[in-house]
Amino acid sequence: MKIRANLLIGGFLLATVVIAGTLAPWLAHTDPVMDADLLYAEEPPGAAFWFGTDAQGRDIYSRVLYGARISLTVGIISQLINTVIGVCLGVSAGYWGGWWDDFVSGLTNMMLAIPSLIFALAIMAILNPGLTSLLIALGLTNWSFTCRLARASTLSLKSQGYVQAAKVLGYSDVRIMLTQLLPNMLGPIIVIGTLGMGGAVLAEAALSFLGLGIRPPFPSWGSMLSDARDQITTAPWISIFPGLAIFVTVLGLNLLGDGLRDILDPQSRSRRA
Amino acid sequence: MTDTSNDPILKVENLVVHFPVGRGLLGGSRRFVHAVDGIDLELKRGECLGLVGESGCGKSTLALSILGLQAPTRGRVIVDGHEVGTAGRDRKNRARITQMVFQDPYSSLNPRQTVRKTLETPLRLHGITARSEIDGRIGDMLARVGLRPEAAERYPHEFSGGQRQRIGIARALILEPKIVVLDEPVSALDVSIRAQIINLLLELKETLGLSYIMISHDLGVVEHMSDRVAVMYLGRIVESGPWNTIFTQPGHPYTRALIAAIPDPFKRSSGTKITGEIPNPLSPPTGCGFHPRCPEARDICRTPPAPALKNRGGEHHVRCRRVDEIAMTDGLATAVG
Repeated sequence: MKIRANLLIGGFLLATVVIAGTLAPWLAHTDPVMDADLLYAEEPPGAAFWFGTDAQGRDIYSRVLYGARISLTVGIISQLINTVIGVCLGVSAGYWGGWWDDFVSGLTNMMLAIPSLIFALAIMAILNPGLTSLLIALGLTNWSFTCRLARASTLSLKSQGYVQAAKVLGYSDVRIMLTQLLPNMLGPIIVIGTLGMGGAVLAEAALSFLGLGIRPPFPSWGSMLSDARDQITTAPWISIFPGLAIFVTVLGLNLLGDGLRDILDPQSRSRRA
Repeated sequence: MTDTSNDPILKVENLVVHFPVGRGLLGGSRRFVHAVDGIDLELKRGECLGLVGESGCGKSTLALSILGLQAPTRGRVIVDGHEVGTAGRDRKNRARITQMVFQDPYSSLNPRQTVRKTLETPLRLHGITARSEIDGRIGDMLARVGLRPEAAERYPHEFSGGQRQRIGIARALILEPKIVVLDEPVSALDVSIRAQIINLLLELKETLGLSYIMISHDLGVVEHMSDRVAVMYLGRIVESGPWNTIFTQPGHPYTRALIAAIPDPFKRSSGTKITGEIPNPLSPPTGCGFHPRCPEARDICRTPPAPALKNRGGEHHVRCRRVDEIAMTDGLATAVG
C-alpha cells in the first residue's frame, strides 16, 4: 500500500510535538516558570537561548516545550469528551428516533447556532480558569458536528440488512449500536475527531490568549502570545515561536486527519485486502 | 401433552398495520397508511408459503410483523401456539423461533465482522458459551450451507454474492429456528447462482424440518419452491391456494396478469397486461382495490364494500366478485379457440 504523504508529514509533525511535550523536563534548558532573569530580558535567539527570552527573561524554548503539554492534553482530552458525547447522542437519536431524536437534534442545532468559542468563554467565566475548567469548557461545546455525523451515519446504516438481522437474532439495542453501527462509522468519526483536536488546540490558545484559559505564569502557547503583544515589533521572537508551535501542531493534526480519512475508507480497505 | 404437530406453526389472525403519516400541526387529524389491512394466514409445519405481490403491497410489513419487529395495530400473530410480542424483552425468545434471510447479500452482512463473529455472537447471546460447542455448531452450519471451514475466519468482502447468501442463510439457521422468512432470497443473485441457492434452501427445509415464508415477486422462483401461494395487493390477500391451482387456474385478474407476465421462451406473450401503478394506500379505491387497473372491472367492482374472499373449492380462495363470470368466459374462449 502506498503510504500517503499527508499521513506521513502529519504524523511526523505531531510526533515531534508529542515528543517535545513528554520529554520537556529533559529537553528544556531552564524551568519554564521559576527561571526568570530580568538581566536577560528580551534576548534575541542565539546559542544560549535558542528561541530567545521574553520580557521577564524566561527561556522561550523551554516554555514552548512545556506549552506542548498543555496544548496536547487539552486537545486530546477535550476532543475525546466531545466525541463520546457526540457519538452517544447521535447514534441513540438516529437509532431510536421519536422524541429523543427531536430533542437531540434541537440541542445540536442550538449548539451549532452558538459560536462554540463564545460558549466556552461563558463557561470559563463561570468556572475558575485552569486546566480542568478548560477541559470541561472545550469538551462540552464542540460535539455537535460529531453528533450530526453519528446520527446521519446511523440513519443510513440502520436500514442495512445486517442491522435488521441483528434485531431478528435478538441483539439488544445497545449491543446493536456498539457492535453493528459504531464499527461501521468509526472511520469518519476518527477523522472528525482528529480534525476537531486541531480546533481544540486553537480554542485553548484563544482562551488562554484572552486570559480565560491557563493562568500565567504557567506556559501555554496562547498566554505566551498574549504576553508577547507589547513586544511584537521590538522582540518578534517572543510571539513567533509559540505561534509557530500552534501552527505546527494544528497542521500536523489536520494532515493526520486527512490521511486517516484516506485509509479508513472501507472501499480502500477492501482493495488492500 | 397434546400432539400439536398438525396445528399450523404460524397463524396470522386479522392482522392490521397502520402507519400514521404527517403529524397534524395543531393535533389535526392524522392520516394513516393501511400497509397491512386485515390478513389471515396459516403456515403448516414443513410448508413453504409463497407471498407474492408488487412492491408497496405490504409484504415486507407482514414479514416484519411475523418477526415481531412491527407492532400490529389490530389482530395477532401466533407462532407455535404463542402470541408474538413486540416488546424488546421478547426479542430473544422470538429469535429462536423465527429468523430471516435477506434480499441483498451485500448489505446484509456486517463488513467489519468475520463470518465466525457473525455466527458466534448470536450463539453466545442465547446462552451457548462453551468454546467447543460454539466451534462445533459453526463448523456444522458452514458445512450445511456448503462453505469450507476456513470461511469462518474471513470477512464478507472476500466472498462472492452466492457465498454471501450462504453465509446469510447460515446466520438465519444458527439458532435452529422453526420458521424462516425468506425475503426475495435470490433476486439479487446472478441467474446462474439462483438455482444453487434455491436447491440449498429446499434441502435445508427437509433436513432441518423448517417452514418457510417466501416473499417474492419472481413467480418462477415461487412456482419452484412454494407449496402454497398467497397473492397480496394493497395490504390484502387477493388470492391464495396450492401452487398448482394458482398457476393452472388463477382466479383473480391480478394473479392472472402476474402469471401472464412470466417470460416463457416457447410462447409469445399473451393474456392481460396490467398497466398503471399501485394506488396511493392513503386513499385506496372504493370497492375492490384492484378495479382501477383491472381489465375485467365493471360498475359492481367500484361500489363498496370491498369484496370478501370466496372459497373456490379446496384451499383456493379468491377475493373477486366476478371470479365465476371471468372463469366462465375463459372456459368459453378455450372451447371456441
